[in-house]
Amino acid sequence: MATTLPSASLPLEETTIQAESQWATVLRRFMRHRMAMISAVVLVVIFIASFLAPFIAPFGRDSIDLGNRFVLPFTPNSATGQIHWLGTDHLGRDYFTRLLYAGRISLTVALVSTLLSTIIGLVLGVLAGYFGGWVDMLITRTLEFVATFPLFIILLILVTVLLEDANLIPIPGFILSTVMWVTAVTREREAQVIVLVTVVIALLFWTGTARLMRGMVLSVREQPYIESSRALGGSHMRVMTRHVFPNAFPPIIVDFTLGLNGILVLESSLSFLGFGIQDPIPTWGNMLAFAQSYMFQHPWMTVVAGLPILFTSLAINYMGDGLRDALDPRMKL
Amino acid sequence: MSDVEQIPTRVAPTQPAAGPMAATQSKPPDPILDVRNLKKHFPVKGGLLRRTVAHVKAVDGVSFTMQRGETLGLVGESGCGKTTVGRTILRLEKATAGEVWFEGRDILKLSIWHLKALRRDMQIIFQDPYSSLDPRIPVGESIAEGLLIHGIGTKQEREEKVREALLRVGLHPSSMQRFPHQFSGGQRQRIGIARALVMEPKLIIADEPVSALDVSVQSQVLNLMRELQQEFGLTYLFIAHNLSVVEHISDRVAVMYLGKIVELADRKQLFSVSRHPYSKALISAIPVANPKIRRQRIILEGDVPSPLNPPSGCRFHPRCWMAQEICRTVEPPLEEKVPGHWAACHFANDVAASLPHK
Repeated sequence: MATTLPSASLPLEETTIQAESQWATVLRRFMRHRMAMISAVVLVVIFIASFLAPFIAPFGRDSIDLGNRFVLPFTPNSATGQIHWLGTDHLGRDYFTRLLYAGRISLTVALVSTLLSTIIGLVLGVLAGYFGGWVDMLITRTLEFVATFPLFIILLILVTVLLEDANLIPIPGFILSTVMWVTAVTREREAQVIVLVTVVIALLFWTGTARLMRGMVLSVREQPYIESSRALGGSHMRVMTRHVFPNAFPPIIVDFTLGLNGILVLESSLSFLGFGIQDPIPTWGNMLAFAQSYMFQHPWMTVVAGLPILFTSLAINYMGDGLRDALDPRMKL
Repeated sequence: MSDVEQIPTRVAPTQPAAGPMAATQSKPPDPILDVRNLKKHFPVKGGLLRRTVAHVKAVDGVSFTMQRGETLGLVGESGCGKTTVGRTILRLEKATAGEVWFEGRDILKLSIWHLKALRRDMQIIFQDPYSSLDPRIPVGESIAEGLLIHGIGTKQEREEKVREALLRVGLHPSSMQRFPHQFSGGQRQRIGIARALVMEPKLIIADEPVSALDVSVQSQVLNLMRELQQEFGLTYLFIAHNLSVVEHISDRVAVMYLGKIVELADRKQLFSVSRHPYSKALISAIPVANPKIRRQRIILEGDVPSPLNPPSGCRFHPRCWMAQEICRTVEPPLEEKVPGHWAACHFANDVAASLPHK
């Protein structure tokens, strides 16, 4: 039974322990994730290209050139000799140029509404999970109620109402001007539609996140390490921020990436139905929707129009994976 | 059952001056913890309106005193409330009734603010060394957490304390930066001990600290705990269900059955002449590492009754082979049958005289 403790035999030399902040560790681990890094680069390129569209676009966004309709990718313009890298549409507008501009709107709508809905879901989910009781009851019932809303129909009604009379749904002027600046749309009506679509999606999309977060918090809350922190005298606030939140959070990253993809596609479905943002303002969604009507005559159009959504979705998913793994010390990278 | 019955202080005429259940040692009694008639009832809710329909009496009137520097083993089968006793003492559970005096203050009545200060002096070692460490936080930070919460020392001083604690439990200081999953079960429990140790506590409640470990590692951890006890003058409330482990480490042992202490005595006394049929049955079930020795085992029949609705009289009577009529009606108080040996049985002396002995 007798055992000698190894403490006596341990080398007592000065061990220099390089303290690395936790964020530095996460960053280092993330960098080691190859697909995530490639994806991060792809995303940054897409972002920069979209927001620098006026400077790098080879053609005008809406410049119609009926002599060059349905030009194939990598073909020079018959008049100027400038190359249409991704071809042209039914009005001879350059696809590459329009996709760049479209990114501004699509990415803004998707990012802002996903962020909003994730924040709403996080806060409500944590509150419901941590406090339980009537707080949980109230939030869960609201959540179930909202989850039954037919998202699409509500969006359609709201957009229709807005198009009828802009004053019915007041949107603060500074938000409109910000949106117009970010997305490079010129008409106020367009900006209103963008804001409306964003907010409505956010207000209806948070339920999944909230449910996920509530479940995670419920399970993390019962872990012995929560109790051990309480036993050391840790306050509710400390336990929440230091232990509950970090352990409950990671699935939200994946949820975020999935939500972002869903919203990118949702926006395209809206446009497809003729609501959402309309031609001539390009979005990835409405361009894809439009390309579909020429699917059999000019199949390359659908491919080209779908590329940005595909790459963005993939990149965001891989980044989410990488981030989740980097945040979990148990994962070997 | 009146409350007076359950407080052995009032029914201990043999030793009025020494306080309740003082260990019969040559040392002058120096109680560090005095638990009096502690109760913890969990409400059971049912029906449409979620009304309380019953109570699970997990701990139902437990009293004992601990001397500074001793190890009190608390044993009992699962569900008997021994863990709840530990948790209630630490106020991880809100007690239903009773008092817990720690160094002259009733813990259960302290405000949150005073309680926080007290948390320094009382630490807990958990059963599962893996799940009691946050998997996302480096071990060093987990150990330092208590120091941080109580605002002890600067960052360097805290790191130094953590380093010392790690060395003391036999781990390399470079472990600080690693994560819980990178350690073995025994190492993790050492981390759990270091975590308690770094606070320089007076009392450590060890809630089945070795039951999740390999047998080969159990003894290492137990011996480490004993060494630390001698070095720092720690007091242990050692909760376990493994009798040989308890016999190995305890000075005194309390046996719990269905929310109550049924016997409390010096380790040697309890294991040689137990004065409660339940303890006797438990001890007879300890396996002996010698196939030639055939011991007469006492096989208890039936299951532990539900703490929702404990039996009348002596709680053990439905399973007791010595039960008489009185056991069904009158609950035996926990009394000092011989100096230092407490038992809650009407026939304590008959039990002691009966076979088998260990």
